[in-house]
Amino acid sequence: MSISLELPRTQPAIPFVDKLHQWVITVDHKRLGLLYITYALSFLLIGGIEATIMRIQLIRPHNDFASPQVFNQMFTMHGTTMIFFVVMPLVFGFANYLLPLMIGARDMAFPRLNAFSFWLMAFGGILLYFSFIGGYGLYGAGNAPDVGWFAYAPLTAQTFSPGHSTDFWTLSLLVSGFGSIGTAINIIATVLCMRCPGMTLGRMPLLAWLNLTMAGLVILAISPLTAAQIMLLVDRYLGGHFFDTQAGGSAVIWMHFFWVFGHPEVYVLVIPAFAFASEIIPVFSRKAIFGYPVMVAATLAIGFISMSVWAHHMFTVGMTSAANMFFVLSTMAIAVPTGIKIFNWLATMWGGKIHFRAPMLFCLAFLFQFLIAGLTGIMLSSAPFNWQLGNSYFVVAHFHYVIVGAILFALFGAFYYWFPKASGRMYSETLAKFHFWLFLIGFHLTFDFMHVPGMLGMPRRIYTYEPGRGWEIWNLIVTIGVLFQAAGILAFVANLFGSYFRGKNAGSDPWDAWTLEWSTHSPPPEYNFETVPVVKSRRPLWDLKHPEDPDWKYE
Amino acid sequence: MYCLIAAESAIFVILIVAYLFYVGKSLSGPTPAILRVPVLFTVCLLSSSLTIHAAVKSLSRGNDRAFGFWWLVTIVLGATFLVGTAFEWRHLIHDEGLTIQTNLFGTTYYTLVGLHAFHVTVGLLALAAVSIFGFFGQVRKPDAPRVDVLSLYWHFVDVVWVVVFTVVYFIGR
Repeated sequence: MSISLELPRTQPAIPFVDKLHQWVITVDHKRLGLLYITYALSFLLIGGIEATIMRIQLIRPHNDFASPQVFNQMFTMHGTTMIFFVVMPLVFGFANYLLPLMIGARDMAFPRLNAFSFWLMAFGGILLYFSFIGGYGLYGAGNAPDVGWFAYAPLTAQTFSPGHSTDFWTLSLLVSGFGSIGTAINIIATVLCMRCPGMTLGRMPLLAWLNLTMAGLVILAISPLTAAQIMLLVDRYLGGHFFDTQAGGSAVIWMHFFWVFGHPEVYVLVIPAFAFASEIIPVFSRKAIFGYPVMVAATLAIGFISMSVWAHHMFTVGMTSAANMFFVLSTMAIAVPTGIKIFNWLATMWGGKIHFRAPMLFCLAFLFQFLIAGLTGIMLSSAPFNWQLGNSYFVVAHFHYVIVGAILFALFGAFYYWFPKASGRMYSETLAKFHFWLFLIGFHLTFDFMHVPGMLGMPRRIYTYEPGRGWEIWNLIVTIGVLFQAAGILAFVANLFGSYFRGKNAGSDPWDAWTLEWSTHSPPPEYNFETVPVVKSRRPLWDLKHPEDPDWKYE
Repeated sequence: MYCLIAAESAIFVILIVAYLFYVGKSLSGPTPAILRVPVLFTVCLLSSSLTIHAAVKSLSRGNDRAFGFWWLVTIVLGATFLVGTAFEWRHLIHDEGLTIQTNLFGTTYYTLVGLHAFHVTVGLLALAAVSIFGFFGQVRKPDAPRVDVLSLYWHFVDVVWVVVFTVVYFIGR
C-alpha cells in the first residue's frame, strides 16, 4: 500500500454528452454513491422549500399564504420526500461509496443490481413529484398526494381520495421500496463476502457493522410496507376491502402494518448516523474507539428491539392495556443500548486530543441533540404522557430533533469528513464553520421552541390557528429559525461547489485517519486499490504508519 | 438469495397476518367453508422441490441429460400447480360467486393465494429461461452453484405454499 501518492489531475477532455452517458450507464459503486447523494441533495432542497412554505403559513394566526389544500399537500410531500428520497438515498449513497473502500473490496457484490436499485429509487422520486402535474385529485387536475406521510385508512380509500394523487404516493413508495431492498441485499452480500484478506468481522470498521445492521433492518422493515402497499393497491384498483371499514375491514391494521415498517425505519436512518459518528469521533479525538465489541452488540440490540416497538406510535388509537404496557416497556428498553453508545462516544473523547474541525463539530452537536431527542422520546414512550401530547407539535419537535438534530447533523459531518476523499479537494473551513453555527442556531430556534406550542395544545397538521391561545410568539420564533437554517444550507451548497472547483489539493489522507479508504488516492481510481490490502487490526493505517507500535499487538 | 428470501418472507408474513386477522370477519357472502382442499396440486408442487433437487444434483455430477430431464419435470409439475389454481379460481368465481370484491374473505384469499401464484409464475419463467440455455448446451457443470441459487428460490416458493396451505385450508376453515 502506498500512502501519499497523487494521480496527475490532467484528464483528457471528454464531450459533455459522453460524460453524461458514462454517468448514466455506470455500475461503479463510487459513481452510484455520488449519484445517490446528488439526487438526495436536490430533494433536500425541494423538501426544505415545502417546509418553508408551511412555516410561512404558520408564522401568524389566520395567515393566508397557502390554502388548506396546498398545506395538506405540503406536509404529505415534505414527510414522504425527506424520509424516502432524502435521508434514505443519502444513507445508501454513503454506504455505497464507503463500504467497498473501507473493507478493501473493488466494488459492491452485485454492481448491476446496485445500478438497478438506484434507478428504481430515482424513478420513485420522480413519479412522486410527477403527481403535481399528472395526479388528478379531489381538487381538479394536477394534485400531489395530501393524505399525510403515513396515509391512514380510510382516508386513502377511493371514496375519500378520488383521482390518482394517492396512487402516485403508493406506487412511488412501492417502486423505491424494491430499490431499497435491492440495495440492502447488496450491502449484506458485500460486507459478508467481499472483505479483504485479514479483515475478520471483528476487525471491520464500525461503519461496516452498523451498515450491515441497517441493511438487515431495511429487509425486515421495507417488506411489510411493500405488503401494505400491495393491499392498498388491491383496495383502490380491484375493489378489495382490506382497509374498508364498511365491509368489516380494519383501519387500525393499516396503522399496525405501516408502523411495523415505520419504526424500524427510524433506526434504518439513525444507525448510519451512529456509524458516521463512530468513524469521525475517534479520528478527531486521536484515540481508538472505546468499547468496539460493546458498540457492535449495542447496535445489534437496537436493531433487534426496534422491531418490537412500533405501536408506541398508536397509544392514542386506544389499544388494550396489556398492549400499551408491552410497547411502553419495549420502547423504554431501547434507551439502554442507545445510552451505551452515547457513553462509548463520550469515553472515546475523554482524555483525547480533540480537534474542533467541521466534521467533529457536527458530531458533537449530533451527540448533544440526539441525547435530548432520546429524552423527549422517553417522555413520549410512557402511554399516559403520550395521550396528552400525541399528535401535537411536541411530537413534531421530537422527531425533527431525531431526524434533523441527530441524523442530518451527522450526515453533514460525514459530508465534510469524506468530501476530500470523494473530490480530492479540501473544503473551506470558514464556510463550513458558518454553515455549522448558522444551522445550529436555526435548528435550536426552530425545534427547541416547537416543543412549547405542542405542550400548549397545538395539534400537528393544522393550516392555521386562532389568535389568543398563546401560540403566536412560539410560531413566530420557529419560523425565524427556518431563515437561519436556510442560510446555513446556502453556505453548505456554496462550500460544496466552490471547493469542488477551487479547493486546495487534499492529498490522500488529510485527517491522518486509520481506515482503508484513506490509503488510496483521492478521488479513488475506478479499481480502488492497486494491490489488495491485507489487514491485521482494526486500524490498518495506524499499523502502517507506526510499524514500531502496531495495533495488532494489543487486540 | 437468502436475503431476498428473508424480505419475501416478511411480505408473506404480513399478508398471512392480514388473512388470519380477517378470518370470520366478513359481513356477508361465502365463507372459507366453500374451499376444496387441492391435495393433488399441492403434491405436485411439493414434489417439484424433490425433482429440482435431483436436477441440481445431476448437474453438479456432470450428468447433463439427467439434469435436463429433472428440470423439465420440475417445470411440468409447477405448471400443473398453476393450472390447478386456475381451475380452483374458476370454480370459486363461476360456481360460488366469490370475487376479490365480494367480501373480506375474497379480498384476503385472492391476494394471498394470488401473490403466491405470482411467485410460482416468476419461478417458472426463470426455470424456463434456464431450460432454454440448457437446450443450447449453455448450462454445464460449472454453472451448478448458480442453478442452485435458483433452486433455492423454488424451494422457498414451496415452503411458502406449505404455510399458506395450512393457514388457508386448515386453520382458516
